[in-house]
Amino acid sequence: MIPELGEYALILALGFSVLLATIPLYGASSLNALWMEYAKPLAKAQFTFMVISFVCLATAFAQDDFTVQYVANHSNSQLPIQFKLSAVWGGHEGSLLLWALILSGWTIAVSLFSRGLPLDMLARVLGVMGIIATGFISFLLWTSSPFLRYLPRSPQDGADLNPLLQDFGLIVHPPLLYMGYVGFSVAFAFAIAALLSGRLDAAWARWSRPWTNIAWAFLGGGITLGSWWAYYELGWGGWWFWDPVENASLMPWLVGTALMHSLAVTEKRGVFKSWTLLLAIFAFSLSLLGTFLVRSGVLTSVHAFASDPERGFFILVLLVLTIGGSLTLYAFKVPNVKSESSFGWLSREMLLLVNNVFLVVMAVTVLLGTLYPLLIDALGAGKISVGPPYFNALFVPIMGFMVVCMGLSSAARWRNTPLKNIKKQLLLPALISLAIGFIFPFAYGDGFSFRVFLGISLSLWIMSTVLHEFKAKFRANSSVLAKLKQLSPSYYGMMLAHLGVAVTAIGITLVSVYSEERDMRMAIGDTIELADYQFKFLGTKPVTGANYVADQASLEISLAGEAVVTLHPEKRRYNVKRSMMTEASIDAGLFRDLYIALGEPLADGAWAVRVHYKPYVRWLWLGGLLMSLGGILTVFDKRYRKNKVTTSGAAHA
Amino acid sequence: MPRALLFAPLALFAVLVLFLWKGLSIDPRELPSALIDKPFPTFKVEALLQPERQLSTADFIGKPVLVNVWATWCPSCRQEHEQLLRIAQENKITIIGLNYKDERVAATQWLNTLGNPYRFTIYDASGMLGLDLGVYGAPETYLLDAQGVIRHRHVGVVTEQTWIELQAIMQSWERKAA
Repeated sequence: MIPELGEYALILALGFSVLLATIPLYGASSLNALWMEYAKPLAKAQFTFMVISFVCLATAFAQDDFTVQYVANHSNSQLPIQFKLSAVWGGHEGSLLLWALILSGWTIAVSLFSRGLPLDMLARVLGVMGIIATGFISFLLWTSSPFLRYLPRSPQDGADLNPLLQDFGLIVHPPLLYMGYVGFSVAFAFAIAALLSGRLDAAWARWSRPWTNIAWAFLGGGITLGSWWAYYELGWGGWWFWDPVENASLMPWLVGTALMHSLAVTEKRGVFKSWTLLLAIFAFSLSLLGTFLVRSGVLTSVHAFASDPERGFFILVLLVLTIGGSLTLYAFKVPNVKSESSFGWLSREMLLLVNNVFLVVMAVTVLLGTLYPLLIDALGAGKISVGPPYFNALFVPIMGFMVVCMGLSSAARWRNTPLKNIKKQLLLPALISLAIGFIFPFAYGDGFSFRVFLGISLSLWIMSTVLHEFKAKFRANSSVLAKLKQLSPSYYGMMLAHLGVAVTAIGITLVSVYSEERDMRMAIGDTIELADYQFKFLGTKPVTGANYVADQASLEISLAGEAVVTLHPEKRRYNVKRSMMTEASIDAGLFRDLYIALGEPLADGAWAVRVHYKPYVRWLWLGGLLMSLGGILTVFDKRYRKNKVTTSGAAHA
Repeated sequence: MPRALLFAPLALFAVLVLFLWKGLSIDPRELPSALIDKPFPTFKVEALLQPERQLSTADFIGKPVLVNVWATWCPSCRQEHEQLLRIAQENKITIIGLNYKDERVAATQWLNTLGNPYRFTIYDASGMLGLDLGVYGAPETYLLDAQGVIRHRHVGVVTEQTWIELQAIMQSWERKAA
């Protein structure tokens, strides 16, 4: 009964999204205020029924209703309850339902936090989001309903959730990531609404900014979390694989980063309007493309859902309608006028534009690398794969150039900056960064390393220029405390995010260069040494979990004779799927991780043991976290609320 | 800016859609049908651990073998390595490695530290043999019969379940032969 209710609620949600996609948009084009007013209640109704539908599916999981095909394929009665509930999005159908739920969540959020928005703009934005929702809910109902039953013969118990997914990571990673992916639909809807209405002013950029920043923050948080999850769950200490699915999330993040900066310039200086619009369309288009790549089966990936050409075809049609439609609209409607103001070669505008170009080039690099096997295959030229060497060879240098510009832009002013000002301000930070970068590999490692020199110098360059600019704010004679208060949350957010880039860069550099690992056969009492730490193998004992049995090893770790910690890596065997899983055990620290994974049992109670020493690996995720926190902080800027009201006043006047 | 330039994104997107549409009709996990039930492509490539030794199909024809495509840059290969070691221990079939687009030092170190399930490893640094074979990405595993004919292709990680399936295929041969 409950699954049928869920399906029914989903059908009703589709009905409301169709209405949302038509009535307010028609009202906006025919200036019918009553029809425009329908946008808000329709958004509410759509959200309500999406929640009901989602709760029904979650209930089916909680009650172990194995007559439901999706539940039977992704859950099991032995599964702990938190994983039963997160198994709701453990497969294609349920995760798509989550996607649609989050989309309706963003829609209602726009309708609630938009008191200052002119009615026609709101009607258009919500209408565009209604169109997207119509596409995705139809996709759910026609090709991927999670509510189908196995009747009359249903299985006694479920096939269980993939053990790799039975982890805290599954609970938070997909929701965060989808919040980001889908969040870009808001900036997209604002862009389309602006194109439809023809009002491409600074107000449009100001409305889009908080939504873009928050979606970007969620996406970054999701990517960071995914990287951390892969690190501890896959059992071999890697943190980024250039897997097509990871790339699918990285591309919208890169373009989203460009969009954020471009929106700032458009709002403040009234330039780059067409470019910003295009970025808003691209960011969401790449989210959609990612969805297509993951769910259509055109690429092989460890993450990919079961492939199904019919589903692939459906998403491709959605892609053509949404992206093709918006790009056509763009080509016809974008105003072909000169910018309101001009700027010189050494201005903040120019440096932000250069950074934008670097970010887009990086996204294109990733896109090409991801699609290249598919392109070659489609041309009938054979089947190939692109490995990490390609990505590292192109991505890292572009990133380097971008970071140099990042530092420069902190000293540049709007319009134009005399070269000697930049020299005066940045010579000291540049010299300090280069000097410390040069000394660091000697002090920390045991000799010069160009990669470390480069990585550390660039990171310090970001940090020193950010702090230098911060310090420069205090030259005025006002008191420090007053100034601290006077600086806006946007400014603090920007600083935090830029420092985050530096922190991540330090993490990536040091963990790539100074990681150590050893694979050893260890019998009871054996000791191995790695990076000054001694690891003593104390033996294994059997343990039993809720739905698995495991051999749990104990390793005592000491440093210079003093005990540090005892770690317990496990080798698990999950009962239902009969699959073996390595559960790594990690002693995490700000400056180093000690990471132990169990390999195979060998003769006489000995085991193959893999031990990693990972310096500064936490910095990589810490930086990601700082970037996202920075993004969230900018949303608390009072400016957005204040300005909204004045703009709407002007619009009504 | 000429108006026509504004249509460039749309045109690029149209090209992309054509490829994606074409891509839907190709299954990356499927071996080009031409190669199933066809002999393993002929090759002459050096061995990973003994660079002076030239390997060819003659080195394995005569009994059924598994050819496992792997590389050190491939995380899933690491995941399946333990299962390969188990299969090698069972001694029911010979496993041959095909080290694909890799560096010799890294690959040798991999085998030394993780254990070597392979009778020998073909060192296909240029990826040419992989291309002939239609390798899409590592890991992939091919089941060859005693005549060196490709009978089955498995894309992705070899698990306990995969091994059961492979054994079932081998048993069906024995039944036919009996």
